[in-house]
Amino acid sequence: MPKNIRLTTLPLALALLAACTAGGGSSPAASEAASGTAGADCTAESLETVADGRLTVSTSNPAFPPYVLAPEEGEQATEPWEFGDPTKGRGFEAAVAYAVAAELGFSTDAVDWIALPFENTFAPGEKDFDFALQQISYTEERAEVVDMSDGYYFANQALVSRSGTDLEGATSIDEVRAARLGVASSTTSLAYVEEVIQPEQDPMVYNDNDGAIAALQAEQVDGIVVDLPTAFFITAVQMEDGVVVGQFPGADEEEYFSLVLEKDSPLTDCVNQALATLSESGALDDLTQEWMSDSAGVPEIAP
Amino acid sequence: MRRYSGRALVVAAISTAVVFGVLGVIIVNAPGWEAFRRSFLDGENFLESAPRIVARFEVNVRLFLIAEVLILAWALVLAVVRGLKGPALFPLRLLATVYIDLFRAVPGVLVIFLLAFGIPGLRLPGVPNDPFFWGVVALTLVYSAYVSEVYRAGIESVHPSQEAAARSLGLTQLQALRYVVVPQAVRRVIPPLLNDFIGLQKDTVLVSFVGIVEIFRQSQIRQQATFNFTPYLVTALVFIVLVIPMARFTDWLVARERARRSGGAVDATSSGGQRARMWGL
Repeated sequence: MPKNIRLTTLPLALALLAACTAGGGSSPAASEAASGTAGADCTAESLETVADGRLTVSTSNPAFPPYVLAPEEGEQATEPWEFGDPTKGRGFEAAVAYAVAAELGFSTDAVDWIALPFENTFAPGEKDFDFALQQISYTEERAEVVDMSDGYYFANQALVSRSGTDLEGATSIDEVRAARLGVASSTTSLAYVEEVIQPEQDPMVYNDNDGAIAALQAEQVDGIVVDLPTAFFITAVQMEDGVVVGQFPGADEEEYFSLVLEKDSPLTDCVNQALATLSESGALDDLTQEWMSDSAGVPEIAP
Repeated sequence: MRRYSGRALVVAAISTAVVFGVLGVIIVNAPGWEAFRRSFLDGENFLESAPRIVARFEVNVRLFLIAEVLILAWALVLAVVRGLKGPALFPLRLLATVYIDLFRAVPGVLVIFLLAFGIPGLRLPGVPNDPFFWGVVALTLVYSAYVSEVYRAGIESVHPSQEAAARSLGLTQLQALRYVVVPQAVRRVIPPLLNDFIGLQKDTVLVSFVGIVEIFRQSQIRQQATFNFTPYLVTALVFIVLVIPMARFTDWLVARERARRSGGAVDATSSGGQRARMWGL
């Protein structure tokens, strides 16, 4: 158990505000939820969670900004978090998790975090978490195996390269096509590369973004494709000479991150309801603005 | 003799049927069986994934064939150097021993990471930065350390009188190794060499860590796109089809060697029990 939770109060305040102001109208992301949830009893007491009366949330370890921020200087890190510490509630996904928890009636003290690799979030069998979030994009195939909530973030793919390369000034996908691209296998970035960019050479595929970054630094690839917020973190922290070349236009189908729940979880409707409330009240937009605002103003790479 | 072997066969068949039957019933009736079947044994996913995954196996085959040739040669050099006699050659023996200890100690995946990402990161002019190249180098470094120990065991198993006789005929230490000791040694260690070759074949999947899309990575891509583990089953089957015949062949070699060494007094195929042993059962 975390010993020393010092949550910033803002996300919680926003969530509470959202709870008070939830009203009519329905956003596109919320419409699906609204239809199936009439009458669902979504209170902390009645929800069947992994641990009674508590909400267990899973994310990756290490988790990175802007999704999960590291403890501030002087702040004690919580075991087992290596980099980003979600128990502090700072960072977009940490804040979203606490906001959803608050919607469901769980106080911040009643939220437990566990660290699970991506694969474990959809391995068959009982889950150790109530919901998981680690930039997992919705796809229909994935939704057949686990429950995937409505979107909490709508992400564009972005291209990261080294400064001084030909790719640095690319403004159209045609210019990107000739490059040697790297991408992490667990991401929908790979599908985007194969289906939309269609590079001339097979892309290199890594376990995770860190492998792709290492290859970019070793000049084994010219550029890597990641979601836009991750691109900012890479160029700000992980790669000295990294540059965000630009963001790609959205694919045909809108891409969004979902919370992952066990297949047919009794919580899914309630989680969707909570997301709908947060979306309608503008709380979700505020969180996005607060943690992901760098994404504005990045040049678009034309199709 | 015949009758005993016939009855043994019946007992073996019944016992096998009972054991696997009970296991099967337990598994199929497990509470999570349906979920397990959907996630691991999805026929549609299997058919869709198999062609793409099998096509990528070509990368692994290329990798282990090139590496195996290099390993067999380099490991023999290491084994010979390690076995050289004479105080003047101590530094060489020391180097070989340190090398072998080091590369047996470090996990192969780390060697691959360090070489494939590390050395190109130095940006030395003229040094290749192709991850496939470094994958071959890393597997060769790691496996030659194991294989040299196999060679060494073979060399030490050749009776010292063989070398003494060769030296008494005027052969130098290296000539005695080359013409007398190593040929006998290699013949004796063919089964363990094949064993390490099998290990190498499977460890080729480690190059996926540095971005090469080979059979394991391709199945992982499918698995992560569909949230279904059936693609891994495809990969497992490919390795089973490759390795099991080789494992049986290795056991057959061992049995033949044993029969040969027992002086031909026992015909290796004279009874069912013997035949089963030949196939390693």
